Amino acid sequence: MLQKTLVALALGSALLGAGHATAADYAIDKQGQHAFVNFKISHLGYSWLYGTFKDFDGSFSFDEKNPEASKVNVSLNTASVDTNHAERDKHIRSDDFLSVGKHPTATFASTSVKSTGAGTADITGNLTLNGVTKPVVIAATFIGQGDDPWGGYRAGFAGSTRLKLKDFAIEKDLGPASSEVELIISVEGVRQ
Amino acid sequence: MQWRNTSSHYGLISIALHWLVAMAVFGLFGLGYWMVGLDYYSSWYKTAPDLHKSIGILLFVVLIGRMLWRWISPPPTSLPGHDRLTRLGARFGHAFLYLGLFVLMLSGYLISTADGRGIGVFGWFEVPATITSIPGQEDVAGLVHEYLSWALVIFAGIHALAAVKHHFLDRDRTLVRMFGR
Repeated sequence: MLQKTLVALALGSALLGAGHATAADYAIDKQGQHAFVNFKISHLGYSWLYGTFKDFDGSFSFDEKNPEASKVNVSLNTASVDTNHAERDKHIRSDDFLSVGKHPTATFASTSVKSTGAGTADITGNLTLNGVTKPVVIAATFIGQGDDPWGGYRAGFAGSTRLKLKDFAIEKDLGPASSEVELIISVEGVRQ
Repeated sequence: MQWRNTSSHYGLISIALHWLVAMAVFGLFGLGYWMVGLDYYSSWYKTAPDLHKSIGILLFVVLIGRMLWRWISPPPTSLPGHDRLTRLGARFGHAFLYLGLFVLMLSGYLISTADGRGIGVFGWFEVPATITSIPGQEDVAGLVHEYLSWALVIFAGIHALAAVKHHFLDRDRTLVRMFGR
């Protein structure tokens, strides 16, 4: 009887502990693909061209109580770029832009997270793209977290940053309005 | 000169087709080589690829016509001075040129139609996309198109050199036959 009570107590506290917000590890929901790495760049200064990377994976750790301890790691297959136009995608994969033959993978690894307000943070990290590694700051917004309907627990974020093409050794001149690209990220992680 | 080929001479149609295809092949190679290096703000950036694709599609039609004509009116027999090896070499060489051209044009078609877009030909008509599901289609077709185009112009150059060799070293009628003599 005493033993049973003790076991029940131990189980109960373990469950309660799990319910508390300690830093948890999340895997990007690649299987359900509730995650997007998109970009937009001006076309001649007249319109936005949107594109996406279809193949990437990663993880993050997140603690709502201590957001500055969060970490993010993403690895992306550069050849999976898609702008809804085969000839353009082929051109983007070429040495004029992403040189995917030489640099098939782009990565982002966070180095620090600085809270900037309620549910917002600047995620600083090293972005490796086209063989160049440079620190970038992603302005991130926490969107929400909680149980999903299928027995899991999820948390999601959105973020964006602007990159100068020249900073990542992309020398092709697309005109004065198109020297920068905005990276727009939306990820949902499933708690591991 | 007559229209049809005879057993000893090329006719006007075969000669015209030969030189038309030769001009188109070298022209398309030069145009293709030049256009992929164009600046984004070049006024040719859009028109040069459109021209390349339009001429390419028309060349395909011409080449089909040329194969048909070859069947309707077979080319003259080999010159008596040509030994077995020369005849065999010429036969395989010409087969490679035809086959290479068809694969080259097919690969070009597969690049531009990989996302389901058709290819407009001078705004006259559009060739629809058919195969769109080869993995990495535009990239694979692009590599084939690039390397095969080099192989083909080099081989066409060898083909021309061989004709010149027949003319000046062997002093036979191989080259002049293609001018109707």
